[in-house]
Amino acid sequence: MTDEPLILAFCCHYCAYAAADLAGSMRLQYPANVRVLRLPCTGKIEVNYLLGAFERGADGVIVAGCLEGGCHYLEGNLRARRRVERARQLLAEIGLQPERLEMFNLSSAEGPRFAEIVTTMVERLKRLGPSPLRPDPAQKPLDCIQGLPAQEIGSPPADPALQGACAGHTCSGDKR
Amino acid sequence: MIVADRKKIPEIRDMIRGHRRVLLVGCGTCVTVCLAGGEREVGILGSALRMALRLAGNSETVVDECTIERQCEDAFVDLLAQRTAEGGYDAICSLGCGAGVQALAERFPAMPIYPGLNTQFIGVLQSQGVWTEKCAGCGNCRLGEFAAVCPITRCAKRLLNGPCGSSRDGKCEISQDLDCAWQLIYDRARALGILDRFDAIVPPHDWSTGLDGGPRKVVREDQCIAGMGPKA
Repeated sequence: MTDEPLILAFCCHYCAYAAADLAGSMRLQYPANVRVLRLPCTGKIEVNYLLGAFERGADGVIVAGCLEGGCHYLEGNLRARRRVERARQLLAEIGLQPERLEMFNLSSAEGPRFAEIVTTMVERLKRLGPSPLRPDPAQKPLDCIQGLPAQEIGSPPADPALQGACAGHTCSGDKR
Repeated sequence: MIVADRKKIPEIRDMIRGHRRVLLVGCGTCVTVCLAGGEREVGILGSALRMALRLAGNSETVVDECTIERQCEDAFVDLLAQRTAEGGYDAICSLGCGAGVQALAERFPAMPIYPGLNTQFIGVLQSQGVWTEKCAGCGNCRLGEFAAVCPITRCAKRLLNGPCGSSRDGKCEISQDLDCAWQLIYDRARALGILDRFDAIVPPHDWSTGLDGGPRKVVREDQCIAGMGPKA
């Protein structure tokens, strides 16, 4: 496991998170390297969340939001894309490959695309090698990012119908 | 407000490299508003610096973060004294403007203080994410003579009797992105019906109130604490 790259995926509740759920419901196989962190919208992303993930040893970070023009909060995903670009510039200044961070857009109905995104990133990160910021090469990567401030990321919608892993249907968020 | 932008990470990393414990200090006033040195930017820079140091093989340097309300006033800077003493810091990197950096240096004479920002100008928010220079702080404001558009700051040649021959379609010759200040002055003066003010030649500016006379000081005797006089 320690040779496998670890990816943190910041996923929008309304699209990428539902797509990941759909991928599971469809029994699609994709690498187990990704840890999904749900946001109410990718517009909640701040540059320091992205840097914080790398600082704690993540090998790669995915930000996955709605298709452009399809954001439930109008332009959260467009703002997220600019922040991701800013974070990539900072990574380049720091001396870490910006390719370790990527933003994707997909809809809640695209379970196969979620699996494809994860597969693509895992292949890319295997080419790049492990992050030089892993505190200890022998340490399991998951341990490195357990200190992420999850409570600061934001809470999911309060509606019980939107809680949990919305198994069995494509996107519970679209009920709203 | 004072507008600044962040120095590149490698430059800051190299400044603090020899230190053991470094405190990044943000400022909650101008540089927060221009998104250069507020609490959020301090957090981003702290994370980036720690990573940059580790990648440079210097993982033992500790970088901590804090932000005070205003770096250019002793009353707020004093709040740092306990933090720096308890934290055992041997250097401070200020994300304040140049005044903030020097205020910290005066308050902590034994502590190396490094600038994390490049202070740029006195300006305004033109649009989200874009700031433009409006005032040169010349100490002798004559905006009333120029329809409230400053030719000293906004004309590349600082002409008081413009425009020059290189004003084209309202733009300055140095950049198509730069409005000709004298076009702006003319347009606004015409709209205000005060074009006749420009019939006379404007005399040269009195620069004795500017930086040419050395660093300036403003004293309000009525505000000085009795018996203490103006602070040197």
